[in-house]
Amino acid sequence: MTGSVHAALVPHAAAIASLHATGIQAAAGLLLAFPLAGAVILLLGGKRTNSWGHLVGVAMPVLAFAYGVAAFVQMLGYPAAQRSRELTLYQFINVGRFQVPFGLRLDPLSICFVLLITGVGSLIHIFAVGYMSHDPDRRRFFGYMNLFVAAMLLLVLADNYLLLYAGWEGVGLASYLLIGFWQYKDSAAVAAKKAFVANRVGDAGLSLAIMLMFFQFGSVTFTGVFGAAPKASNGVVTAIGLLLLLGACGKSAQLPLQSWLLDAMEGPTPVSALIHAATMVTAGVYLIVRSAPIFNLTPDARLAVAIVGAATLLFGGIIGCAKDDIKKSLAGSTMSQIGYMTLAAGLGPAGYIFAIAQLLAHGFFKATLFLTAGSVKHEMNDEVDMRRFGGLRVAMPITFGAFFCAYLAIIGIPPFSAFFTKDPIIEAAFSKGGVSGALLGTAALIGAGITSLYMTRMLLMTFTGRRRWDEGQHPHEAPPVMIWPAILLAAGSLAAGAIFILGSRLQSFLGPVIGVPPVSHGIFTVYGLAGLALVIAAAGLAWVLYGRREVPAAAPAANPFTVAARKDLYGDAINEGLLMRPGQWLTRLSVYFDNRGVDGLVNTVAAAFGGSSGRLRKVQTGFVRSYALSMLVGAVLLVGTFLLVRL
Amino acid sequence: MSTFPWLTVAGAVPLIGAIAIALTPGRSAAGSPADRRARDLLVKRLALVFSLITLALTIVIAVKFRPGGPRFQFQQVYQWIPQFGVHYAVGVDGIALVLILMSTVLMPVVVLASWNDVEEVAAGATSAAPGKRARRGRSAKSYFAMMLVLETMMIGVFAATDVFLFYVFFEAMLVPMYFMIGSYGVGQRQYAAVKFLLYSLLGGLLMLVAVIALYVYSTHGGHQGTFLFTQLSHLALSPTTQKWLFLGFFVAFAIKAPLWPFHTWLPDAATSAQPGAAVLLVGVLDKVGTFGMIRYCLDLFPSAAHFFTPLVIVLSVVGILYGAVVAIGQADIKRLIAYTSVSHMGLITLGIFAMTSQGQAGATLYMVNHGFATGALFILAGFMVSRRKSHLIADYGGVQKVAPVLAGLFLVAGLAGLALPGLSTFVSEFLVLVGTFTRYEAAAVLATAGIILAAIYILWMYQRTMTGPVRAEVANMPDLKARELWAVAPLIALIVVLGVYPKPALDIINPAVHSTLVGVHSRDPVPPHPASAQARQASTTSTAASSTAPTSTAPTSTAPTSTTSLVQHRRGQRSQTLRKQGSSA
Repeated sequence: MTGSVHAALVPHAAAIASLHATGIQAAAGLLLAFPLAGAVILLLGGKRTNSWGHLVGVAMPVLAFAYGVAAFVQMLGYPAAQRSRELTLYQFINVGRFQVPFGLRLDPLSICFVLLITGVGSLIHIFAVGYMSHDPDRRRFFGYMNLFVAAMLLLVLADNYLLLYAGWEGVGLASYLLIGFWQYKDSAAVAAKKAFVANRVGDAGLSLAIMLMFFQFGSVTFTGVFGAAPKASNGVVTAIGLLLLLGACGKSAQLPLQSWLLDAMEGPTPVSALIHAATMVTAGVYLIVRSAPIFNLTPDARLAVAIVGAATLLFGGIIGCAKDDIKKSLAGSTMSQIGYMTLAAGLGPAGYIFAIAQLLAHGFFKATLFLTAGSVKHEMNDEVDMRRFGGLRVAMPITFGAFFCAYLAIIGIPPFSAFFTKDPIIEAAFSKGGVSGALLGTAALIGAGITSLYMTRMLLMTFTGRRRWDEGQHPHEAPPVMIWPAILLAAGSLAAGAIFILGSRLQSFLGPVIGVPPVSHGIFTVYGLAGLALVIAAAGLAWVLYGRREVPAAAPAANPFTVAARKDLYGDAINEGLLMRPGQWLTRLSVYFDNRGVDGLVNTVAAAFGGSSGRLRKVQTGFVRSYALSMLVGAVLLVGTFLLVRL
Repeated sequence: MSTFPWLTVAGAVPLIGAIAIALTPGRSAAGSPADRRARDLLVKRLALVFSLITLALTIVIAVKFRPGGPRFQFQQVYQWIPQFGVHYAVGVDGIALVLILMSTVLMPVVVLASWNDVEEVAAGATSAAPGKRARRGRSAKSYFAMMLVLETMMIGVFAATDVFLFYVFFEAMLVPMYFMIGSYGVGQRQYAAVKFLLYSLLGGLLMLVAVIALYVYSTHGGHQGTFLFTQLSHLALSPTTQKWLFLGFFVAFAIKAPLWPFHTWLPDAATSAQPGAAVLLVGVLDKVGTFGMIRYCLDLFPSAAHFFTPLVIVLSVVGILYGAVVAIGQADIKRLIAYTSVSHMGLITLGIFAMTSQGQAGATLYMVNHGFATGALFILAGFMVSRRKSHLIADYGGVQKVAPVLAGLFLVAGLAGLALPGLSTFVSEFLVLVGTFTRYEAAAVLATAGIILAAIYILWMYQRTMTGPVRAEVANMPDLKARELWAVAPLIALIVVLGVYPKPALDIINPAVHSTLVGVHSRDPVPPHPASAQARQASTTSTAASSTAPTSTAPTSTAPTSTTSLVQHRRGQRSQTLRKQGSSA
């Protein structure tokens, strides 16, 4: 079945010609220029910009969003087959066959991301004005945030893999700076470095994929690579696909490179919102979907993608259930939701659309969840332990309302977002057929239940029940600058899924770029209904455990499985045991070897010539003479040889 | 082209500056400390002015250089010792030109950065080694004079087109550097200086033998013997002879570079040298080794170069990984930077011996970028060390909080060390890797692992020094002063500019690399499944597309023409040789 799918769809996907960007779109460089200018002004301007820096920081993504909307409107004016437009700003690298333009591509896929990044990103920036108002380094914070947006836009706008890689690593840098923003805390500095290094492992995979592309096709542009890929052997294409997957695992925190995401909560909450909703973790999914013409050729690599996604969606969900820290629980949730997207992307043309639909909807509800969680944390004097929350529904009714909207959206109660975006993924996974289809589908189905379990638990522990906070805390509603972004995002959370899926809007928009599913499913399918039943059952279970009963203020003793989940299913322990400890030993051994082995050998040889190492050290007292002597010897040798030759 | 001897003048200006400095009143002249300070200031200002004049001259040379012209430009050939065919012959190709530019950019930076280092030595030495009268003759005067002498030799070694002249500069460079480390350094400076000298002398002697042998072979067949590079590169040598002579040159360059396992002098020397001297040592002197490889080892001994390529590739890859792992384990910040250089120099030699245009252009660009990036890192580390008076990473912590500008620039320089895109080192590193991959996949894969290690050594160093709670010892550390900022800002700016727009440098380098590849009889591998020519220049349909989606082809018809003309325009500006290369692609 997969064979026929790609036979039908590969040429179609590659068929989209890229025209030159004209009109408003010809200024697509502005999308990068706005946030980059913000970053430069704020980071180089120094203290002078302290008083108004945050306004520049907010204005830049808003301007980029406005431009993105204009470019989007212009795109909608074109016929479906002509919506892919390219723009070369200048020649970036030119060495022999390695010709890389600084080129941007505006097409339906990239514009979706542009609108998500700048739209949701702008709201998060506005929220941060309030959230960071007491931080002395707020200006620097906005500088980094703008840099983040700029890098992410470069990632999704690049028309070739090398430039995509530049944005890719730029995102890594921005996340490093932001996770470690409170770098006077050791834990933040460590988490930042961990995120960067884990990402670098993925980056190495992506850069090897680019090298392999150039080696095979002599090109790294999307047009060139996608055009030539069908000619390459299956092994080559699969290798490229797997290397791209490795890259995606790093950025999107998929197994086995997931461990950085939980620690990344060390950054201020708006950073978490930006990383989880609008940027960064979506990059891996973008990479795979963008590379659809490659993955369409290789069922093996696609299967690997799907397995990684399915495993991560369970892994992240289980961690999400066990965490008492509200932000860490949400981090597990992100891992799990991105797992859905990865799984969908691994299903090929049957899933690409739903991966993107889920990604966009997730941008709304995860942003809402983080902003409301941030508000709660803000009001509770930086407390994040849900066991010390409770009853906040009364104190923060609007925040609770926004959170509740996102809650409905993420667990997929019809007619809200995830119902439309997640059920088709479950459906498509089962439709893949065979053992793998059944397993992937089952994982996705169970994942829906787990999602409901941890989200209901979070909702109940935070907002309902008895107050478990101290007398000294007086939580009340957050200021408008923080509330309004959450309200807007909450509205988006509720509606996004229906807007994208009903009437196949997203499908007809994206179809020309990434292909359309071979069969379309109804809205209510048997798997969808099974999923819904599971969601409701899990919510009920959560109510029994956390709603009906009193939540203890300290985590109770638990069975080994829960303990494992609390420890991130030993992700860090495995890394430490397999990589860090041996790495430390290797490092120490190398240093020792270098001092004693290589250098020791050299000193020994030198000493042998000089008589003893003591003599060697004495050489230094007479060094001028010895140097002069050796020069003399050299000169005599030289002249002597000349004379010999002349004779 | 004008006959004005630009290169000779550019090379002579620093020497004149050194003489001018030597003529200023010395320390023996009696005077109060204020007088002495005034004299030192005069010396430093002279050094700065002369290094800036030299920089201006080399910029003129770069502007007048025509990438599409003959390989060697600004040539001058005079007989020097006619009996032995020795010439004073200078001239630059693109590779030499960018390296000269890199050296002359670094020199004023180093002068500014070293402004107060010499006084500090005097103060530090008394506390470190009481009772030793080691301060004799240590004045700002001779330090800066030696720096300028060294600059003359750096220009000479890159500009020489006579192998004997090259050898003279190659060896003579040791002398000022020896004294800069041995007399003005810190810690075990004399041990380090002697080690540096012995290593270099050993390599130099081997090269001397090979140089003489080359001359001998050039006399065969009754010819007048010569040392001119252009004539020697046409010498027909038997494969066995080539191998021996190659080794003579190569070992000297491998020590200089340094290539693993000849590297152990570098961490000692770079640690013991003042930051300024360390920049010149690692930034410029090391590049003489890799420059020698690409200029002399490949062009003079093509078949031997191919014969030894597997060995060099293995040593390079070992060096990349080994240097990085050992760097991670260092406790001394200057040693750490020195070991990262071992790793990066491995990448450069890897790029050279990959024998592809991407590899060699990347390696050449890397030589330049590494000079700037590591230079900035050494200088900033030096600023930090001069405040806290400790090389040990463990003695720092939380510096970002008290000196944010220093920390910020240090981070940028560090990120250049881990080749972050947007910074210049990324372009060169990726070119090296991609150029290597097309021929030696396994080597490229292993070398790519180095980018993960790079993230670890740079960020861990940054974490331990700059982040975390502010330690009491650094709580009063002042941020960068204006002079220090001015010293390092140009380097950071260059790192960013060349990272975003490397084309001007690549345009100069490409033709020279092409000549080298022709000389060594190597061509870029042809991709097994090349993207169609149209697709490679972007923005048109693939072959598969036109058959299945006829609607999309019609509107594109205008697009390719404009792109193609753009490409042709661009190509038209490049050299004939390059156009040949392009069409064979």
